Amino acid sequence: MSEKPEKLIDKKGIRLDGRKADELRPLKIEVGVLPNADGSAYIEHGKNKILVGVFGPREMHPKHLSQSDRMVIRCRYHMAPFSVQERKSPAPSRREVELSKVIRESLEPSVFVDLYPRSGIDVFIEVLQADGGTRCASITAASLAIADAGIPLRDLVVACAAGKIDDTVVLDLYDAEDKLGVADVPVAYMPNLNAVTLLQMDGVLTPKEFENAMNMAIDGCKKIYPIQKEALRAKYMAAREELKEEVEE
Amino acid sequence: MSTLLTRVRQKQIGQLIDAGKRLDGRTLTDYREFTIEEGLIERAEGSARIRLGKTDVLVGVKIETGEPFPDTPNDGVLTVNAELVPLASASFEPGPPDENSIELARIVDRGIRESKAVSSDKLVIESGKKVFVVFVDVYVLNHDGNLIDASALAAVAALTNAKMPNYEIEDGEVKTKTGYSPLPMKSHPITVTIAKINDKLVVDPQIEEEQVLDARISMAVNDEGNICAIQKGCAGSFTPQQIIEASKIAQEKAAEIRKKLDW
Amino acid sequence: MPVFFEKKQLVTPGELLAEGDYLPGENTYNQENKIFASRIGLADTENKKVNVVALRAFYLPKPGDIVIGTIVEVGFNGWTVDIKSPYTALLRASDVLSRPFKPQTDELSQVLNAGELIVAKVASYDRAHDPQLTVSEPGLGKITRGQIMRVTPTKIPRVIGKKGSMISMIKQVTGCQIILGVNGVVLVTGKNLEDEELAMTAIQKIEAESHTSGLTDRITQLLKDEKAKQEEKKIE
Repeated sequence: MSEKPEKLIDKKGIRLDGRKADELRPLKIEVGVLPNADGSAYIEHGKNKILVGVFGPREMHPKHLSQSDRMVIRCRYHMAPFSVQERKSPAPSRREVELSKVIRESLEPSVFVDLYPRSGIDVFIEVLQADGGTRCASITAASLAIADAGIPLRDLVVACAAGKIDDTVVLDLYDAEDKLGVADVPVAYMPNLNAVTLLQMDGVLTPKEFENAMNMAIDGCKKIYPIQKEALRAKYMAAREELKEEVEE
Repeated sequence: MSTLLTRVRQKQIGQLIDAGKRLDGRTLTDYREFTIEEGLIERAEGSARIRLGKTDVLVGVKIETGEPFPDTPNDGVLTVNAELVPLASASFEPGPPDENSIELARIVDRGIRESKAVSSDKLVIESGKKVFVVFVDVYVLNHDGNLIDASALAAVAALTNAKMPNYEIEDGEVKTKTGYSPLPMKSHPITVTIAKINDKLVVDPQIEEEQVLDARISMAVNDEGNICAIQKGCAGSFTPQQIIEASKIAQEKAAEIRKKLDW
Repeated sequence: MPVFFEKKQLVTPGELLAEGDYLPGENTYNQENKIFASRIGLADTENKKVNVVALRAFYLPKPGDIVIGTIVEVGFNGWTVDIKSPYTALLRASDVLSRPFKPQTDELSQVLNAGELIVAKVASYDRAHDPQLTVSEPGLGKITRGQIMRVTPTKIPRVIGKKGSMISMIKQVTGCQIILGVNGVVLVTGKNLEDEELAMTAIQKIEAESHTSGLTDRITQLLKDEKAKQEEKKIE
């Protein structure tokens, strides 16, 4: 076990991984990677590697879980046993149950659930490697997977966290900063509608610090959004040529 | 099976809220009347029961001894569990904890843990080998809305009257002494839950209000007025401005409650 | 009254398309006088209506649609049919049998059994009920011959081609009967296996290369070349 570092951010404002306070970790997203899923996406955010598959809309099984006037969204956030430093048991932990719930609640506001009564969609999130901020990266990828399944959305949901390490509010904490830092504030956001769909905080912040952190996280979301959109467009960019030619139904 | 709200009732709630009122006559930022009874379960090391309106939550604290976590040899252990007991609501079914009871437990836990309410460093009997393990069990007896705030208040109240047995180490062995000491507490976090209904912020949602709300946000405030936990819940959203407004309301209400309880 | 996109621009869900005096068309929605895209696709205006031609969507039944489905289950007075949509469809026994249905003596599995394919028409569909199918029109009913393939529903128009030109050409060269289900399931029936496979290859190629230009020519060439090879083989 490594020694706890004395400072997480130095006098010049450089963090242990070389980033500045408001810098995002490198991001890579790909849409449409699972042939058997109706929609899918894969994200690499820093050392996080997360795969999301979406099935549906389809009939709910068991049937009694369906609702007569709207679509039901089910979400399962799960970490692979080898995704973390110490092997994690494959059985769902309480943390995974909570995260499955808050992630579902962050995606639901974007879906037109009233359009497809008595049906359901399943969102399966598999964290293959974790390094802090997995719930945010999962939401960003899950929203793309839902769009990839052809399910109509109000907006894509994008997520990013900010927090406080030592005395500084910083963007996009990785695992060490999350564990040793003062506070962590993950935020999920629909940019075109200015709507926050996930917000959590653990740690201690003054009200002003919380406001700064939340705004910084929202700015982070706004930086990730174009990358998210581009990943979706990249998959379908080729298809654009097709319908440019005049085609009648 | 949930008790569905009729459309007429939903409309009524919406109209009242647009006019700044609630079903029970409260303003948008009023809490329901509440009382907390402490020490009612003698078998538990600490206990408290809260009645917040008709919401009824009993919290029992059991203190045992055990091993510390390997990475924190000089800290006691705190663990929070919540049971949504079937007799509390027609919508609660028997069985293992579901996502609602897990979320409730974790929100209550976060407020207590992040505010360092319990001085876990004072729970060490023998460094690295034996520590006190504090079990906080939240038992919801009647669900009439806002289980989060009720549970969080009752949990802190139960911890404040909790007593742990005195120990001493004699010849390398841990022995019980007579008498008890109060559980060492450093802070009394207060959690305030605010619902969004018809784009308005409503404090302490009662059960019918919970069925029509868009989204809710819970914020735990410590003795210094700083925020130590936040959880947005339910399938709606807030604008950033609404969140800032909610945090101001949360601090105000937490200060009021702190004064009322003399914490 | 601004429009924020170029004709046939690729837009993503949530993108602001127009503001002001416009109407939300396909795959769009409006909020506070603004029109947003709800699916990924190509945006366009039609008078005052803003439409997005979706590049990825699933099939939602509409009364009148011709679909190809698989019998999933034989029920007690009808069959459940998989038509590759979020809802399973129902085919009533009374629709198939030309006489009143007698549950004591009629054995439904003899008429249509699980795993069999049908061409049917969507008779009715609404929010509260699963789609109902009918086969009581000419050309509909059990499929006994031919091969089935799947095409993304949004690409069916490309397979049809301008005024049906593409599909007519494939039918003519291969001599196959081709039924294009609106739900993305295609039935190809030919005089022999080779003709059927050629038709299927052509359709697969259209789906894969639908985005490129010059596709019509390439398909024409493919069909011509393959037909020529077949003729040669016959002579040998």
